[in-house]
Amino acid sequence: MVMEATRLRDLGFLFGKCSSRIFKDALAVASQGLPSFPNLKISSHRGPPALWISEEEINSLAIPFEFSLIMAVEITQVLLNAQSVDASARKYAEESLNQFQDQNLPSFFLALSGELANNDKPVDSRKLAGLILKNTLDAKEQHRKNDLIQRWLSLDMFVKAQVKGCLLQTLSSPVSDARSTASQVIAKVAGIELPHKQWPELISTLLSNIQQQQSHVKQATLETLGYLCEEVSPDFVDQDQVNKILTAVVQGMNASEVNNDVRLSATRALYNALGFAQANFSNDMERDYLMRVVCEATLTPELKIRQAAFECLVAISSSYYDKLGSYMQDIFIITAKAVKEDEEPVALQAIEFWSSICDEEIDILDEYGSDFSADSDTPCFYFIRQALPALVPMLLDTLLKQEEDQDLDEGAWNIAMAGGTCLGLVARTVGDDIVPLVMPFIEENISKPDWRQREAATYAFGSILEGPSPEKLTPTINVALNFMLTALINDPNNHVKDTTAWTVGRIFEFMHGPTVEIPVRTILSVLLQCMKDVPNVAEKACGALYFLARGCEVVGSASPLSPLFADIIQALLSVTHREDAGESRLRTAAYETLNEVVRCATDETTPIVMQLVPVIMVELHRTLEAQKLTSDEREKQNELQGLLCGCLQVIIQKLGSAEPTKYTFLQYTDQMMDLFLRVFACRNATVHEEAMLAIGALAYAAGHNFLKYMQGFYPYLEMGLQNFEEYQVCAITVGVVGDLCRALDDKILPFCDGIMTHLLKDLSSNQLHRSVKPPIFSCFGDIALAIGENFEKYLIYAMPMLQSAAELSTLVAEADDEMIEYTNQLRNGILEAHSGILQGFKNSPKTQLLMPYASNILQFLDSLYNEKDMDDIVMKAAVGVLGDLADTLGANAGPLISQSVSSKDFLEECLASDEHLIKESAQWAKFAVSRAISG
Amino acid sequence: MAPHELRRPFKRPAISDQQRRRDLALIRQTQQRSDSQNRARRLASSLFDLPSHSFPDACQADFPDNVDVGYAIALEQSPELEASSPTVRHLDFVQASKLKGSAARHWFARQLMLTEWMIDVPPNLDRDWYVFARPAGKRCFVVSSNGSTVSRLRNGSVLHHFPSSLPNGARTKEISAPSHVYCILDCIFHEPDQTYYVIDMVCWRGYSLYDCSAEFRFFWLNSKLSETGACNPPSTYHRYRFSVVPIYDCNRIGLHKAYTGGFAFVKDGLLFYNRHAHYQTGNTPLALVWKDELCSQYVLDTDSEGHVPAEQQVVLELQDDGKLTTSDDPPILFGCLEKEIIQKAGNFLRFSVIDECVRIVDGKLELGDLKFVGKANRARAFADSYSKVFFQYTARHSPLQFQDLIASLDPNLDENSESNDMEMID
Repeated sequence: MVMEATRLRDLGFLFGKCSSRIFKDALAVASQGLPSFPNLKISSHRGPPALWISEEEINSLAIPFEFSLIMAVEITQVLLNAQSVDASARKYAEESLNQFQDQNLPSFFLALSGELANNDKPVDSRKLAGLILKNTLDAKEQHRKNDLIQRWLSLDMFVKAQVKGCLLQTLSSPVSDARSTASQVIAKVAGIELPHKQWPELISTLLSNIQQQQSHVKQATLETLGYLCEEVSPDFVDQDQVNKILTAVVQGMNASEVNNDVRLSATRALYNALGFAQANFSNDMERDYLMRVVCEATLTPELKIRQAAFECLVAISSSYYDKLGSYMQDIFIITAKAVKEDEEPVALQAIEFWSSICDEEIDILDEYGSDFSADSDTPCFYFIRQALPALVPMLLDTLLKQEEDQDLDEGAWNIAMAGGTCLGLVARTVGDDIVPLVMPFIEENISKPDWRQREAATYAFGSILEGPSPEKLTPTINVALNFMLTALINDPNNHVKDTTAWTVGRIFEFMHGPTVEIPVRTILSVLLQCMKDVPNVAEKACGALYFLARGCEVVGSASPLSPLFADIIQALLSVTHREDAGESRLRTAAYETLNEVVRCATDETTPIVMQLVPVIMVELHRTLEAQKLTSDEREKQNELQGLLCGCLQVIIQKLGSAEPTKYTFLQYTDQMMDLFLRVFACRNATVHEEAMLAIGALAYAAGHNFLKYMQGFYPYLEMGLQNFEEYQVCAITVGVVGDLCRALDDKILPFCDGIMTHLLKDLSSNQLHRSVKPPIFSCFGDIALAIGENFEKYLIYAMPMLQSAAELSTLVAEADDEMIEYTNQLRNGILEAHSGILQGFKNSPKTQLLMPYASNILQFLDSLYNEKDMDDIVMKAAVGVLGDLADTLGANAGPLISQSVSSKDFLEECLASDEHLIKESAQWAKFAVSRAISG
Repeated sequence: MAPHELRRPFKRPAISDQQRRRDLALIRQTQQRSDSQNRARRLASSLFDLPSHSFPDACQADFPDNVDVGYAIALEQSPELEASSPTVRHLDFVQASKLKGSAARHWFARQLMLTEWMIDVPPNLDRDWYVFARPAGKRCFVVSSNGSTVSRLRNGSVLHHFPSSLPNGARTKEISAPSHVYCILDCIFHEPDQTYYVIDMVCWRGYSLYDCSAEFRFFWLNSKLSETGACNPPSTYHRYRFSVVPIYDCNRIGLHKAYTGGFAFVKDGLLFYNRHAHYQTGNTPLALVWKDELCSQYVLDTDSEGHVPAEQQVVLELQDDGKLTTSDDPPILFGCLEKEIIQKAGNFLRFSVIDECVRIVDGKLELGDLKFVGKANRARAFADSYSKVFFQYTARHSPLQFQDLIASLDPNLDENSESNDMEMID
């Protein structure tokens, strides 16, 4: 560590800007926790006696001197400047901070934590110091987060101890913002250190704080415990400590605690600590106690505490659904009272409790439905069904509490919206039983002069359309639809029309087809008229048309949309051109509906879709010509380009999928590619994604003819493959490489060196989102299948990667569902790669090149079989690879194959599968294996 | 303690169309990848290279050997040879399915693989051949595409136009296949139970099986057909039942089962398919038919009234130059017409064979003088093949008997071997 003159100059030290301090004072401030002051010796070596100091000692002395100077004088000003209204001051301050961090991290940490801990400093600089500390310990992106964790762990012990000391000290600060910031930083450090069995005294230190009499310290400590529970996995805190934490938290929540801040922090802390309370919730007495404290807290006079207590109830409803039985009656009373009388933030949480119970029961019943054994992990207690007679009237009451113009406010969320949403969930949970409870409310209110009543009745109807059986609803549907089509035209209230149009859409979403008696032509003419209404109503009308179209998707030529097909397209295009189409998401809705209408075009109406091609192309062209846009306009332009590329993609897929239209349509390929390539020049991830998808579809439709665009397109393909940041673009580009392989076959060969290089880089990058990696492996298979034995030169790179990924994917122990799903995606990718490579080499004289890998591949298959956790897709792919191996390597691999478990037990299991795709692959594999073994 | 997001989606469709586009694109790519995989798997494979030791040299020329397999793949991959590649043949089929009337008849009449009649027993019957009972009925092509199914007789004319559960065989709401998908099956329509017995699979879901061995085609046929529901009893969207025929390895057990076994259909002889042979349009010596009185009611040809004539009759094609030929490629010459009798070239004429004039020279049949009977039935699209004429001749004089077939089997082959995987008994 060397003192750098430049930085000292930056700090102004040399120019005497700060009040002078002598070396010893500076050192004293920083000496807490210093190992010890060097033992300086008098020496007469080489001359007169002098203080002899080694270079090492100078350096160790200089470090605290350096940071203490910054800490004491300069850092405060820099932190304040960083929040200045003056942009240049801000920028300069931020740069200095970054530089400081880069050049001397230990000092940086010490300076910031010192600032946070110092009660003499302004609150703003303290808060920012804490915030920066937090950000140097954690980041959103996983790879960066890992870097930061490693950086902290490798920091000098004494520096870490000093920082942690400052943080804990701050919890006693009289300044509440400083305390609160310190709480969060402590939790971040704990999140890093506890899993590494460091900072073992933290929790006991915090708990001893609770015993203090000072309320503000107690409050800050409870807040810290809350954050800590949020940051740290329960696995790293032993049950004894959990019990102590819960005891402290529950004490803080208790009615005997007179300080409201303490009670609020305790209640919020409990919300996070619930995840640690697994054992306590299994113990009847402890659970009773916890529940009692939470329920009592919902009745305190302090609004925020009531709200936090209900949040706890919501969290309990999903984490401990199966433990709630004996409390449901009380909870119903508490929530019903809150919904009826309490202030909105509390009432919203009370409704959320029931929505959350619905979520749980819907999931459980789904699981029941998917296999009839009814042995879901959690049994369904049918709480909703039992509460139904009281719950439904409670929710219906909320529907009448609408706010004026709530439909115009994107972010609106009020009790009527929450109540209706909950009603919808209840309908999904109980099905038919809800209908008789809601119908009287609808009939009573639907024709009332007060718009609130009409809207509430309509909303109630719209909410219960998903869940009950079509048989139960059909009698009402036709009457209701008639009524609503009239209301869409005649009702004077926008809010009612909005909800009516939405409900009509829901009818088509869940009840489409023959159940609707009213002629489609009549419905269409109302919807088309409605699309000229104010934007929020028009947007819902588009939505209704979307679902109507989706319901009309029939193979064959007779679609009820056909007679008005051209009118529909025309009406939707006019909507996209409305001046106010930017409001209420109207333009987006119109294009999305257009897409759906295109998807359900029949032989009869595809000529109209064909006419749409140049129209959309002209629109796209227009957006590309626009110049000198403000950033706001540019953003809108990008959004529009995304929609247009999306629309073209749908059209390409539609027209490209049938031989007769394909050839006519492909005449536009030149112009279309030209547009897409120009679109790539705009920097916007969504647009790139849409254009990429469109090109993939186009390439597949064009086949070998796509070759002539490759030169122009290739740079953008490379760009997409390198887009780590917007990983969706990268993922889609990888998919497009697959399309190109299938379109061009071996004509893709000249581009493969580049593509493979990028794919291999992508695989080795820890910056790229992991979800992109399985498709990259699949893409290896696509490439190999296209270029056959030319894949030879990539084998030495691809095979080891496949091998290590395969090993990794069989080593996943104790994984959660998400990890298991990912592991299976990875396995599928690896297997698809092997299939493609093996089949690509088939009948080539170079087949022998694959022999060295055969035993590893078979081992992978065997280990998959032994792990017993692969899903159906992996199973199908795995048994397919077995067949491919036998098919391509034939008798040469016969002995290896016959030794493997896969060729016997696994194959048998697949042959006996009920899943026909697995069975099909297995039959094929059996065929190939028996030939390889016998031959 | 992060703020708890309470807001739930309100009055919005749960799925955005953008996500739907992404999902549909992924589904499309996954489907196409799996199609490519399957296509690769179905390509003639190194597996089917015949180990030379199992083949007496004399026969090798008759079988698709390594060179042919390699050639088939070369065709697939090389653009110069595209004219005859399977892809182009696909396109032919797509184009042809749009043909109407006589053009369609003309085209389809040339697409069936036609069996030769078994004049003598091929070597290695038990190693290289399958045997199965031939259902009595009309041989036809069944093509499902664009939501309907059409069956066409050997002469190309339409037998039925109907909905079926074959992929893309009916316009139903459940989309069973993308619209461009089509299937071609080689069938026999069996009147008594109104069932199409599928004896070969030519294309399935748009993928050609032309260049696959019979072994693979039968395997694919057996695993694919039932999963579509095509074997179910008739219903609104499925007018005729389809069924597979049990196929046996041609060993002693298999032969007996095919010959004496009871089937749901009326038997009309036995069919023998070489397991290595590709599907080849027109006559092929790698698929044979054999009949005797026990397993067929139609051993001897009937005349236009349905009676067995006292003398053997043959239908021959009259060429421009007056030559009378069989339907073989190249045609075999059986006689010549005097100029004055030539009516119109290209007609099919019926003749009686005069037994005394028939000779067998070096194993070749010569008919000698023929007696003109009349014009053949107008529906005829083909003359008789050489092997048919020969078989009919021997059937009347010294028929090839079942015992001869059994006798030709290699007694050293394991009689007790379990039925092969390929045995296809329901």
